[in-house]
Amino acid sequence: MARTLPTLLIGLLVVAAGIVLAQLRVNPYLYFAGYVILQYVVIATAWNILGGYGGYVNFGTPAFFALGAYTAVFLIRSMHAPLPVLILAGGLVSALLGLGIGYLTLRLRGTFFSIATLALSVVLQTMIINWEYVGGSRGISVIRPSGPPFGNYVVFLFTVMVALAVVSVMAARFIERSWIGRGLAALRDNEEAAECMGVPTLKLKLFATTVSGFFLGVAGAPFPYYVTFVEPNSAFALDYAVNALAMPMIGGTTSWVGPVIGAVLLGTAQQLATVTISSELNLFIVGVVLVAFVVLAPEGILGLVRRLRGR
Amino acid sequence: MAAPLLEITALTKRFGGFMALNGVSIAVKPGERFGLIGPNGSGKTTLINCVSGSLPTDGGRIVFEGQDITSMPAHRRTRLGIVRSFQIPKPFTSMTVLENLGIPLENAGHARAGDGAQAMEILTTIGLAPKAHLRPAGLTQIEMRKLELARAMAARPKLLISDEAMAGLSHAEVDDILAILFGLNARGITIIMIEHIMRAVMRFSERIVVLDAGERIAEGTPDEIVRNPAVEKAYLGE
Repeated sequence: MARTLPTLLIGLLVVAAGIVLAQLRVNPYLYFAGYVILQYVVIATAWNILGGYGGYVNFGTPAFFALGAYTAVFLIRSMHAPLPVLILAGGLVSALLGLGIGYLTLRLRGTFFSIATLALSVVLQTMIINWEYVGGSRGISVIRPSGPPFGNYVVFLFTVMVALAVVSVMAARFIERSWIGRGLAALRDNEEAAECMGVPTLKLKLFATTVSGFFLGVAGAPFPYYVTFVEPNSAFALDYAVNALAMPMIGGTTSWVGPVIGAVLLGTAQQLATVTISSELNLFIVGVVLVAFVVLAPEGILGLVRRLRGR
Repeated sequence: MAAPLLEITALTKRFGGFMALNGVSIAVKPGERFGLIGPNGSGKTTLINCVSGSLPTDGGRIVFEGQDITSMPAHRRTRLGIVRSFQIPKPFTSMTVLENLGIPLENAGHARAGDGAQAMEILTTIGLAPKAHLRPAGLTQIEMRKLELARAMAARPKLLISDEAMAGLSHAEVDDILAILFGLNARGITIIMIEHIMRAVMRFSERIVVLDAGERIAEGTPDEIVRNPAVEKAYLGE
C-alpha cells in the first residue's frame, strides 16, 4: 500500500500535464496525432494484460476496439449519452466479449486460441455491416456535442485520452505486481504446472480476458467523436490487431512499461511517416520493426536494456 | 487400522477405445511410503493425472481425507494437500528458482507474497540454495529434478506424488533424491513414488502396487512383489 500513493500522484501529474499541454496553442495537428498515440498506449497496455502477462495471443483486437466504438455509436444515436457513459459502456460491453473468449481458453490454447480470436473479429464485423441502425456498411456520421469543457473538441478528447492511458497503465502495473500477475506469469510459462501448484488458472484467464477486453473497449469508445464518421472498415482495421501485438513485443511484454514504450515509439514513427511520406507506410514500418525485434531482441527493448546491464 | 489418507475406488479412464485404467482401487495410509510400479504404458502416470486433477475420470471415486475430490479442479486439490511433481520437469522458465517456489507458496502454501524466507528454507533443505537467483535454464538435470521437488514442497503437501523423479539420473544422484524423499517422509509427508528404477523403489517403499495394462495385478511389501510370479510375467513376458 505504501507504494500506491506515489503511483497515484505520478498518475495525477501526468493527467495534469496533459491538461496543461491542451492549453498550449501549438499546431492542432499535434493533438490529433497525440490522441492516436495515446489510444495505442491504452490498446497495447490492454492487449498485454492477456497476451504479455498471460501468454494468450489475441489477434481480435479490432473486435474489442470496434465493439467499444459501436457501443458508443449506439448510445449516441439512441440517447445522446455523455462521453463518460460512452467510455464506461464501451468498456463493459467489450469486457463481456472478453469474458466470452476467456471461456474459449478452456478448449483452445496457443495458436488455436489466436485463430479463434481472429475469426471473432471477422464475425463481429459482418454483424455490424448488416446492422443498419449503427450505419451498416455505409457508415454513420456522428455529430460532436457542442461546447467541450475547454479548447476545441479534439484538444478535449486528447486530454481524455491522457487520463484513460494513465488509468489503464496504472491498472496494468497493479495487476502485474499482485498475485494475479505472478499467477498469470506462471500459467504463461506452463499452464499445467501452474494449476498443479495451486494457481486458479481458469479464474485468472477469465480475469485477464475481461480486463483486457474492458480497456480495449474503453480505447474505442471515444473513437466516434474523434473521427466523426464511423464505418466498419476503419473501426475493424487490421492496424489495430497488428499494432496491439507489435507494440508490446517491441517494448517488452513482461512489464507494464514495455507496451508504453512500444506504443510511443511505434505510434510516433507511424504518425511521422503519415505526414512526411505516406499513410500507407504505417503497417510496413510496423512489419519491418517487428521482424527485426523478433529476430534480434525477442524480449523487446526492456530485454535489451536488461541484457546491456548484464543481468 | 487408520482411515486411509487417499482412497481410490474402481477408477476408470478411457482414451477413445483404449482402456487406460480399468477399475483400479488403491488405498494409501497416512505417513506411508507407497510405491507404484508397472511396465511402460501400464497407466501409472494416467492414474496420477486423475488423482492430481489434470485429467477427468470416466468412473470411480477418489476420496482424500474423507472428502470426495473426484471432480474437484486441480488447483483446489493442491490446496488440500495433494501435490505432484512432473516426470519431465516443468519449471516456470521466466522466473528465478526462488520465484518458482513463490507461486505455490502464495497460492497453496498459505504464505505471504515476497516471503523469501520460507522459500529459502526449502531450497536449503533440498540443497538448491546457492542457485536461488538463477533461472531454471541455468540448472543441471539433477538440479531441475530438485527444483520440481522443492516447488512441490512449497505447496505444503500432505501427500506428495513423485512421478519418476529419478529417471535418467546417475547412481549417486538417485541416492541424493532418495535421501530427500526419506527426509520429507520423516517429517510426516505421505509419499507415492512412481519409478522405474527398481533399486530405488524397492528400498524406499513400505508397500507397492503393480499396474499392468490399466489393471492392478499385485500388492505387497517389496519382498513379496519381487517373488510374485504375476509381476515377473508382466515385466518379462512368459
